[in-house]
Amino acid sequence: MLAAIGAESVAELFEQVPVPLRLGRPLALPGGMGEAEVLERMAALAARNADADEQVCFLGAGMYDHHVPAIVDAIVQRSEFLTPYTPYQPEISQGGLQVMFEFQTAISELTGLPVSNAGLYEGPSSVASAGYLAMAATGRRRFVVSRGLHPHSRETLATYAVGYGAELVEVGLRDGETDGGALAAAVDGETAAVFLQSPNFLGAVERVEALGAAAKEHGALLVVATDPMTLGVLKPPGEQGADIALGEGQPLGNRLDFGGPSFGFFCATEKQIRRMPGRIAGETEDVDGRRGFVLALQTREQHIRREKATHNICTAQALNALAAMVHLAWLGRAGYRELGELLVRRTAYARERLAAVEGVEPLHEAPVAREFAVRLAAPVGRVLERCAERGIAAGYPLGREYPEHEDGLLVAITERRTRAQVDALAEALGAAVAAEGGDFAPDGATKSPVGEGVGR
Amino acid sequence: MTPAETPMQRERATTIYERSRRGRRAAVLPGAEVPEPPLEELIPAELLRAEPPGLPEVAEPEIVRHYNRLSRRNFDLDSGLYPLGSCTMKHNPRLNERVAALPGHARLHPAQEPRRAQGALELMWLLQRSLAEICGLPHVSLQPSAGSHGELAGLLLTRAFHADRGEERTKVLAPDTSHGTNPASVTMAGYEAVKVATDERGGVEMDDLRARIDEDPDRVACLMLTNPNTLGLFDENIAEIAATIHEAGGTLYYDGANLNAVMGHSRPGDMGFDIVHVNLHKSFSQPHGGGGPGAGPIAVSERIEPFLPRPQVVRRDGGDGGEPFFDLDLERPKSIGRLRGFQGNFGVFVRAYAYILSLGADGLAEASETAVLNANYLKARLAEGRAGERLPVAFERHCMHEFVLSGRPMKRELGLATLDLAKRLLDFGFHPPTVYFPLLVEEALMVEPTETETKESLDAFAAAIEAILAEAEDDPEVARRAPYTTPVRRLDEVKATRRPVVRQTLEG
Repeated sequence: MLAAIGAESVAELFEQVPVPLRLGRPLALPGGMGEAEVLERMAALAARNADADEQVCFLGAGMYDHHVPAIVDAIVQRSEFLTPYTPYQPEISQGGLQVMFEFQTAISELTGLPVSNAGLYEGPSSVASAGYLAMAATGRRRFVVSRGLHPHSRETLATYAVGYGAELVEVGLRDGETDGGALAAAVDGETAAVFLQSPNFLGAVERVEALGAAAKEHGALLVVATDPMTLGVLKPPGEQGADIALGEGQPLGNRLDFGGPSFGFFCATEKQIRRMPGRIAGETEDVDGRRGFVLALQTREQHIRREKATHNICTAQALNALAAMVHLAWLGRAGYRELGELLVRRTAYARERLAAVEGVEPLHEAPVAREFAVRLAAPVGRVLERCAERGIAAGYPLGREYPEHEDGLLVAITERRTRAQVDALAEALGAAVAAEGGDFAPDGATKSPVGEGVGR
Repeated sequence: MTPAETPMQRERATTIYERSRRGRRAAVLPGAEVPEPPLEELIPAELLRAEPPGLPEVAEPEIVRHYNRLSRRNFDLDSGLYPLGSCTMKHNPRLNERVAALPGHARLHPAQEPRRAQGALELMWLLQRSLAEICGLPHVSLQPSAGSHGELAGLLLTRAFHADRGEERTKVLAPDTSHGTNPASVTMAGYEAVKVATDERGGVEMDDLRARIDEDPDRVACLMLTNPNTLGLFDENIAEIAATIHEAGGTLYYDGANLNAVMGHSRPGDMGFDIVHVNLHKSFSQPHGGGGPGAGPIAVSERIEPFLPRPQVVRRDGGDGGEPFFDLDLERPKSIGRLRGFQGNFGVFVRAYAYILSLGADGLAEASETAVLNANYLKARLAEGRAGERLPVAFERHCMHEFVLSGRPMKRELGLATLDLAKRLLDFGFHPPTVYFPLLVEEALMVEPTETETKESLDAFAAAIEAILAEAEDDPEVARRAPYTTPVRRLDEVKATRRPVVRQTLEG
């Protein structure tokens, strides 16, 4: 090969690197290893994590321990889906492009908005991308944001806004729901968008239509973040006046993976189609009239438009969107609704069951769908530790991001959380709160008995 | 004349929705196990959905067949050479898929408290240390989700760095050969994009760089570079470039798309870069997945570190002789904040770290050597025969891991556009190179074979190019109408943009 090149050595090829910039020593990394050794090393790391098989997982906050159907794994591991690049050559990328088209159709159906892209990185950065779109669409630079929007989304939006130059105004919650009066007062003619989340971070199903009226009145876009697993039963954002509906896609067919990779979904009205971020597949025909799919509206994208692109996104999360599509096909029209109903009923049961525990009470009374917040009469961190010792990840402590709810715990339900596990959680919480000496009642009513250990 | 249809072409595209029949299903869900009141008793009726969304109704065997059928309508890296320039389509070791699927990784909730996620945090910390060593910069954040996300992070870091010094700078420079994401990120970060010219050796035109800076020296925030650049050439003036931008008070940003050329040989930090993004889905073997997922960690210098995104994975001293432990550091007062939810694309980190462990220090350096050897060999092969005449290399010198050809003579002499050549390559079972990029080179073809191709596969690719050119001398119409054997032939992209149909219309 060197002879064909006309070089004496491989080193000669690297002579274009100026001598002072050559490393001149091996990297300070270990030597290479065989497969078995790598596997062993990685398995040892994995063993030091308490995963959702080891602890019964009531953690949510945007990512949930749903069952991922076996066919999802089988399909996403096929080389033909796993190993191609972005479909820049559509003639040999029809599989991936058609998956995008099917995904766009399904997600558009879920959200009730006509245009979906093929996916973004994940939930919070999708929120930030909606801000960028809203600025372009309205020429305004002010966002009114509900405190019910995921803290990660609010923070990501704020990070991006420093760059593209927008300010955020936060509107608080009342009894778990966005304060409608405060929201209406905050929205004005300079507002580019109003950001809501439903169910919101505390689990409450928001009255999106009523809250969104202020946005409509002032010509601001209404951006609604939502949980795709609730849309089988909850009125979709598109039927409640949303201009943009988006969210974290992990619950659809994606593993927990300690937070990623997953995907963000992003839907909008027809009016915004040429401002959308991310890839969009479109239907067309080939020269012989055969049906086919291509990347549509590429004139929005960075590889064509460079500094005038509607977004900088390139590599996104195509494989994760495929996983979602397979999961949605597996659930199907009926199964998707049944799953939503199951979540609502088990969540109602769990909320009621926990409320009956001494030292535990609902944090709010708003309607919930798959996650709810409670207050504990003992320090949340200590209670969580006691539950963890019994093999239960009891929930997400609200105090870090909501100092006003230092005593708050967010509990998530999936179809994997059985009634027995909920009962075990109730017992464990009761025992933990009691052991930590917590009690809401000043006269110290009877504390729950310590329950038995929890099986998996 | 329309050529005879192949079996795949006869099988017209049918969506999962078109396979749907009312009442069919796959999922079996658990029973409620709890009381089942009407939903209206739990959630106000006006917040409930009247009709379920239109999802397909298909049994499991048909779902599997459908997506297997679709998969066969894709070309993929495991099927053949995929020499897309700047994309680094190297082999994706399946070991990495196995380790990523270990329940301790795959089933770990992102909000699990750090004390019960020590393995995951240690893995992230080890990856941070490894990338810091490879990049020659002391600090790493794994948070960005892809290269363009890393670019945005780098520009927000630049903004925070200048703001902290009480400066407001408005312009970001990038060469005319830069990736499209560079200027797009610049705009998104609220800066003005300014182009810098390329010299006759393929590097940054130094006089133009100085001129751009001198236009408004106090306003230049950053210079974004890829090195080796998108022509596959190492910029020999990089030290002088770094000094020039630093003197002007700007930061120097490294687009890591081409890091695969220099791993273990030269480090961006040593070249003077302040901020580097690394595409784990390029140099570190994360599969591309048909457009993601990837990850775009950033490595930064000391002076940028205070501004890194939150949270940051840190190793803390155990205290009193206790074991050190790993934690998420949220107390970062100067941080630009979060760029996304939770901790980043952890599953990608697992694969990348497994790759680094597998190759080790020597293996990474050898990977870059072989990538450079393969690119130069293929360049040499394509300098012979018809290709040498019709597809000259844009800059005649040794390349690094990729090189750029110009199809200008081919177009002028044979009437064959680069696009035609690319489409004809599909009939020969190859993925074409990146085409029409960089914009600087007329009718460009950008070729990156990577280190995981054999000499035989490179020879076969060169032979295919030769055959196509020979065929075109005879009858250029053949390539102009190609491809013939793919599941569909050339598609009407204009129609898809003028009157976009971006979802299926469902019946009733």
